[in-house]
Amino acid sequence: MSTNQLFYTLQIADNALILGHRISEWCGHGPILEQDIAITNTSLDHLGQARSLYQHAADLFNALSSAEKTNCFASAALQAKISKGENLTEDDLAYLRDGWDFRNVLLVEQPNKDWAYTIARSFFYDAYNFCFYTELQKSKDSALAAIAEKSLKEVTYHLRWSSEWVIRLGDGTDESHARIQEAINSYWAFTGELFEMSVVDKAAGEVDVNALKPVWLQRVTTVLDEATITVPKDAWMHSGGKDGRHTEHLGYILAEMQFMQRAYPNMEW
Amino acid sequence: MNQLINKNLYGDYGDKENAGGASGSHDTSSEWPLWEVFIRSKAGLDHKHAGSLHAADAQMAIENARDVYTRRMEGVSIWVVESKYIHASDPGESESMYEPATDKIYRHPTFYDLPDELKHM
Repeated sequence: MSTNQLFYTLQIADNALILGHRISEWCGHGPILEQDIAITNTSLDHLGQARSLYQHAADLFNALSSAEKTNCFASAALQAKISKGENLTEDDLAYLRDGWDFRNVLLVEQPNKDWAYTIARSFFYDAYNFCFYTELQKSKDSALAAIAEKSLKEVTYHLRWSSEWVIRLGDGTDESHARIQEAINSYWAFTGELFEMSVVDKAAGEVDVNALKPVWLQRVTTVLDEATITVPKDAWMHSGGKDGRHTEHLGYILAEMQFMQRAYPNMEW
Repeated sequence: MNQLINKNLYGDYGDKENAGGASGSHDTSSEWPLWEVFIRSKAGLDHKHAGSLHAADAQMAIENARDVYTRRMEGVSIWVVESKYIHASDPGESESMYEPATDKIYRHPTFYDLPDELKHM
């Protein structure tokens, strides 16, 4: 068993956890009761996927040799557990890893700002996630294939929901059009990383994300056209998240999300 | 010195709009229309009224109903209809509408002697 399969699983899990957390920030703040519940449901879908993936990642980690385990994470809290020979759980991976050990793409950690930015970020990611999980169903790793198959049903609904919101806002009032266009333009620069083959992606030999780009672009273009939104031109793209180089926003997310377990280790509620 | 003290209560954030409709009448013209939701809990059963919600159109009403009323596996099919298309009987006319039926128990099929072999009546 190599560490690469662990990192590959974490890459997928971290996307689910961080986007799920970001979206959960809307809970109780939605623009209307019904959409508050809708977006919170979606958040729970992402967190559920993250749990399955972290459980699998923990199994992969615990099966490694002790030499391999020592070199997996730089996070001090995890190293402390590993040096004592303890097994890791899904919670350890979510709550005790520092930012540089997270492998999520930069897109999912970007702030909610307003409804338009939230929708734009979800739309870009949902369209990618739909293509990605469709391919991941063929994974050599039967656990990943099973998670992909289950998640795809949820993701299909996410994509439908976010696509409809892009169309509603784009084809709505002058103000909603201007706002969603601005959000699409702003977060466009974070879409390139989705299709970059990281070192881990290349070594995993699983989904060729680079090959997903044309399918994604066609899907996105169709929706943006219907929304009367101009598709941004290809420009310079941010990247680094898959290698653990994050924007400042991830630190704030982790501070809020991990505080309880860091301050009160092993607490349950 | 005139100092404005802002007391923040739980749930206060953002634009501090009046909560709970205390101001009495408010303009509803910009709100999404109301829809009635009917859910079929499993195949073969009837759709039953589950409640109402706001949505911009029928498509969104079905999706909102999915998220609000079926998230705990309550249903396998959803109907929505805009509330304005529901016509209801007038409660003021209930005397003439329903009371005449109360003393006509012979309309129930309970006055027939049934053979014992008949099980499912």
